[in-house]
Order: sequence, then C-alpha cells, then structure tokens
Amino acid sequence: MTQKITGAQALIRALELENVDTIFGLPGGCILPAYDPLLDSPIRHILVRHEQGAGHMAEGYAHVTGRPGVAMVTSGPAATNMVTPLCDAYMDSIPMICITGQVPTTAIGTDAFQECDTVGITRSVTKHNELIMSADDVPLMVRQAFHIATTGRPGPVLLDLPKDVLQNPMTWHWPSDEEVLDSLPGYKPVTKGHPRMIKEAARMILDARQPVIYAGGGILKARAADALRELAELIDTPVVTTLMARGAFPDDHPLCLGMPGMHGNATAITALQKSDLLITLGARFDDRITGKVATFAPDAKIIHVDIDPAEQGKVRRPDVPIVGDCRLVIEEIIKAIKDLLNGGEKQQDISAWKSRVSGWREQFPLYYPTNEPGEALKPQYCLEQLRDSAPEGTILCSGVGQHQMWSSQYWKFNEPYTWVNSGGLGTMGFSVPAAIGAKVGRPDRTVWAVDGDGCFQMTAQELVTASVERIPIKVAILNNSYLGMVRQWQEMFYEERYSEVYLSPELPDFVKWAESMGCIGIRVESPEEVQPAIEKANSIDDRSVVVEFRVDAGEKVFPMVPAGFSNDDVLLHPDQNNRREFLR
Amino acid sequence: MSTNSYASSHPAHHILSVLVQNRPGVLARVAGLFARRGYNIFSLAVAPTEDPMLSRITIVVDVESSPLEQVVKQLFKLVDVVKISELDPRRSVERELLMATVRVPAEDRGQVVELTNIFEGKILAVGVEAITVSLEGSPDKLDDFEELLRGYGIVELQRTGRVALPKLDKEARLKAAKHGKAS
Repeated sequence: MTQKITGAQALIRALELENVDTIFGLPGGCILPAYDPLLDSPIRHILVRHEQGAGHMAEGYAHVTGRPGVAMVTSGPAATNMVTPLCDAYMDSIPMICITGQVPTTAIGTDAFQECDTVGITRSVTKHNELIMSADDVPLMVRQAFHIATTGRPGPVLLDLPKDVLQNPMTWHWPSDEEVLDSLPGYKPVTKGHPRMIKEAARMILDARQPVIYAGGGILKARAADALRELAELIDTPVVTTLMARGAFPDDHPLCLGMPGMHGNATAITALQKSDLLITLGARFDDRITGKVATFAPDAKIIHVDIDPAEQGKVRRPDVPIVGDCRLVIEEIIKAIKDLLNGGEKQQDISAWKSRVSGWREQFPLYYPTNEPGEALKPQYCLEQLRDSAPEGTILCSGVGQHQMWSSQYWKFNEPYTWVNSGGLGTMGFSVPAAIGAKVGRPDRTVWAVDGDGCFQMTAQELVTASVERIPIKVAILNNSYLGMVRQWQEMFYEERYSEVYLSPELPDFVKWAESMGCIGIRVESPEEVQPAIEKANSIDDRSVVVEFRVDAGEKVFPMVPAGFSNDDVLLHPDQNNRREFLR
Repeated sequence: MSTNSYASSHPAHHILSVLVQNRPGVLARVAGLFARRGYNIFSLAVAPTEDPMLSRITIVVDVESSPLEQVVKQLFKLVDVVKISELDPRRSVERELLMATVRVPAEDRGQVVELTNIFEGKILAVGVEAITVSLEGSPDKLDDFEELLRGYGIVELQRTGRVALPKLDKEARLKAAKHGKAS
C-alpha cells in the first residue's frame, strides 16, 4: 500500500518536483503545517520582514531567471499584503506562484481569526487562482499552477490552502503531463503563428519605407532576444525597446533607438510617430507609449505579434494580427522574408528613413545641464557614474518615479534580463525587495537597486532580510526630499502649487538606517564624492551597501509626453526646444 | 413598454453562450469580468450541460459590438472557460420562463385565466384575492404577457433570464425529420 503523507508534505514535495530552489515567505497560523516539512527540504526559504517583500522578491527572481518565483505566506492580512505584488506580476506578465494559508475548511465563511476571501480578493489580479479543498488535489493543483504561470502569457497563480487540507493525509500521486493538460480543457495557449499572416507580415515588411520594430516585454518572456536581433539586422530596421523590454535589444547596437513613450527619448518617440509600419513584437500599445491614441503613429500599418489574443485590437487595430509566441513567430517571419528575397523580391530602399532617424538622434540626445561648481548634484550625473563603474553584467533594479525613468534613459542595457522594474502597476517600493530576489536568482551578478527616497521608505526593512540571509545588494538612493515625479507634475501642470510632496531633508537619516539594518551606509553630497562612493560600494561584496545621493530637487525628467498629449507634442528639455523643427 | 423588455427590443443586445468547467467560483470569475469593465449583465442563466463536468452560462449583455469583442477575449482567458459562442438572436432559439402573482378579485379572475390560456400559460396557484401564473416561451412573448398582466396589478414577478441554443440549419432540420420518419 502506498504510504500516506500529509497535504503539507505533498505541497513541499510537489514544489521540489517543480524544481523550486527558493521560497520567499513568512509563516503564520494557517500556513504553519507547510513550514514543518520545509525544514527537511533542500528548498531554501528566505524569511522576509513583510509579505509584500516576499512577493516582489519572487518577481525579481522570476525577472532575471525566467523561472517562476515562489512566495508563501499565511492567511488574512498576509494574503492581503500579497495583493500588490500579485497585481504587479499580473500587469507585467511575471510568472509567479503564491501559496497562502487559509482557515480550516470547517471555518471558512465564519469570519474566523485571520480569515479573508483570498481567492475572491485576488481573482482580478491573478492569471488563475484556486482554493484547494482536499489534500488529494494538492499535487495536481501545484502542477496546474506552474503550467499556467509559465505558459502562454505568463502571470501569477495563487493557491489557497486551508489548514486542515495541509494536515490531512493523502495518497501521493504525481500527475503526468497528459493528466495536467486533460484537467485544463479550457487552457490551450496558441504558440505558433498563422502561416498566412506570417507571409503577409513578411511582404508588408519588405514593402515598408519607414519601418520601426516596436519591441515589448514579450520578447524577454519568449526568450526571443536573439531572434529579434536577427530580424532587425536582416531588414536593417531601427528598434525601439519599451520600458519592459530594455535589454531585449542591445543599447549599443547601431539600430537601437532606446525607449519610446512618456519619458522616452525624442528619436524613439518620433520614429514610432512617423513610421509607415510598426512591427510590434510582444508589446501592447500601453497608454504610456501611445500618448493620445487617436494621434498615435497615424500613418503606420500595424503588424502585431502577441501571445495573448486579447491584446490584438485592444487599443489599436492591427493590419496583420499574429497570435503566437514571439520567438517562434519572429523565426517564421525571418524564414518568410528570406524566402521572398530568395525568390527575387527586393526590400524597399529605407536609407532615406534611416538617415532621417539618424538626424533626430544627432539633434536630440538625452540632455541635462551639467553641474556648475557649488550647485546641487544632478541625479542623471550620479546614474551615469554608476553606469560607467558598474561591473560587466550588472543587474539594475528600480522603484517607480523620476529615478526609474532616469535609470531606463541613462543606463546602457546591452544584455537581456539585466533590468528589473515595475512597469504596468508602477509600484513604489518595488526596488529593494526585487533586487534581493534578483540577487538570489543570479548570485553571480552585481545587483544595483536605484531607488528614490520616497520609494525606499516603503520597503527598506527588507534590507534586514538581505543582511540576515547574506544576500548582498547595492542600493543607490537618489534623495531629493520629494515625491519627485508628483512634484514634477505639480510644477508643470498645477502652477507650482506643491501639495503633499515634500518629504523631509533630514529624516530619516538614511546612513544610520542602513547601518542599523546591517548594511554599509554612505552619504554623497557633492560631485567629487560620487566616484569614490561608487567605487567603495562596488568593492564591498560581503554585505549590502546603501549610498544616499543628495540630489537636486528641481531636476525634471525630459523628454515628456504629458498624459493626454499627442506624441507629436513631446516636451523637450527647454535647452533643446529651439531645435524642435528638426522633429518634423 | 415594460421596463425589462430592453434586451428583446434593442438591436445591440448580445447573447453569449459560455461553456465552463462545472466548478466552484466559475460564475464569480465570469461575472467579475463584466463588472470590472462596467458592463451590465441583462440576464444570466446557469446550469450543468449533458456533460456533468461542464456548465453552460447564457449571458445577455447590452453593449455595442466592439467592446464586446474585448470582453469575449478576456473571458476566453479564464482557465475555466472552455468555449464561447456568440448567438445571433436571428439564428438562435431562445426560451425564458416567467412566473407572476397577480392581485385580482374573484369576479375578475376569469380575465386573467383567459389571458393565460390565450398565451398558453399555466395556472400554478389560485387564492381568494390573487392568482399565480406561469408562461414559458420566447422573451418577446413574455414581454407582451407581462405588459398585459401589469394592468391587473402584479404583486410579484420573476423571470429566469433566457437560455438559448443555435438554430439548426435547414439541412440539418430536414435530415432530422427524415431520420425521425425512418425510425
């Protein structure tokens, strides 16, 4: 007879069989039974200080490894603390498994201690979720969860486990692939593109005179960076990489135009705008990219490759919709183009377009006024110094706000999976825990977290986790004593009426705070101190380092396409505005 | 016109027939998607199908067609949703059940009974001052019946929301008829 084990033992065994090496979590009443077999498991558990931290760590881990991050927490408040990371992962299509404890099945619905309707609360922020009502169901549910989280458009899946389900005996059975697929008759992601559409796309690409490749986060999810590069070089076409796709195409490649969108560079924004063909690969026409939708890329035909059929036509109706996995579809498009070329067809001459694009690049580089002696430190300068001193392969994480936009603008991402940020949800406080998760996933890499002083104060306690668990990360706080991005909007659109954006110039003392959490703390107040501080931070690898840069609060992020504006009306840095005519 | 005849009179109503796995929480997932996008579900009927593992949800929505496309795509992303078909009202058979209690003094009761008989409805219960009737049929017919009953004073009324299946095409119908004769 097969030996009986508990639901909790089955859970841990199932996670092991799914090749989980790390769980980020924090135990409590209802999840207690799952923490006992964890003691005997090779899986590493990282004990966080707040459940939200566990969620963002799992995301950071998933971002850099491509494998699903796993977070495990208890019921009630722990589950509600997971809502933000779940929503963040859902918006950015991050594969993630969240395991929550639940009150015993007999107590569900009685308003028991630490009871909440976790499945109900998280329904709209997960790709899928399940309340497991029997210990026998645990292995199949875990397999389903990993399958759903990692296939199709990736996303978070939550499993809610009542305490008695964890305690009850069950007969172990590890379901086969076939059993998993049969148990999900409604889940069949399409990965192969439609051959006729692919042919049509190939022809359209050869016929375009002003093509641009609009590459989104789907490139990274599909591990399609190599295919993208091959396509771009084959058709010699410029590539823009969205906030979620930074690193999907190397910034040092001559065809790379960098980031488009609200704070993209003028060339990337304008190239999309003036294009006659957008080759959209794993991007979703987000409002931060399109600006005013009605005036977005008005003359462009659209090829839209996305694995999620619901993205086709959601914002902009494509001329050639292709549902499928980005890597597979790009490879097919390359093949189709080569077939056409071998058959004697010619690509349109796009040299005029390319020289127009080069003209914009020359006229509108990223710009900020350099420091005059005695002036406050420029945040962009700090980032440039950080970038130029960063060891090869450094992973950059960021929070949300001005520092995030400057990071994306000024860093050079030459390798995929080196940029971790909260794009869709825009979660302040993402940076520190995500960096910890990234470092766990890639211990061989240097991980820098760029943070704002506002963001840092939301999740900084996880640096205690980093110290205790010996996960050395580096944090650069661009401290301008403000909620900087909100301040920028109030300055520009609310007549400099600053409402509730001033934090404090002196509090907290970031250096002492860092030290109290077991980190090295360094304060930088003038340009001369920047380089030595960065060098010192880079030389320390046995603990985490926090460098506080006291930066100019008046510095704003440019270019900018304000909400509701057309991309045609991008606001350039005032010093560049006299050259506006070149953008025609 | 009665207040709830909107769906049958308005050209922009859509009938979605959604085949789902018969599991707890599925209806909440489906309904949640409509709620999140601000669509009003006009009527909803759910029951298991011939396969007990599956349920069919018949949803009548009052939206224009282009946002509906987005809802259908989002619905299809739900792991528990197996199949969705949009039924064209002109090419489907629709049925609904109505039950109503009408306050009517004994001397006028005959009129309500007569009306119910004309519509081929049923008398379910008779009291001294009231009568409960039912009618099954197409939603249009139910609308008419309801409006006529209203004149007598409806105390309580409940409609089930429609269920629908695609019409058999002519060929299939004829084949079915031939088959029926032969057996």
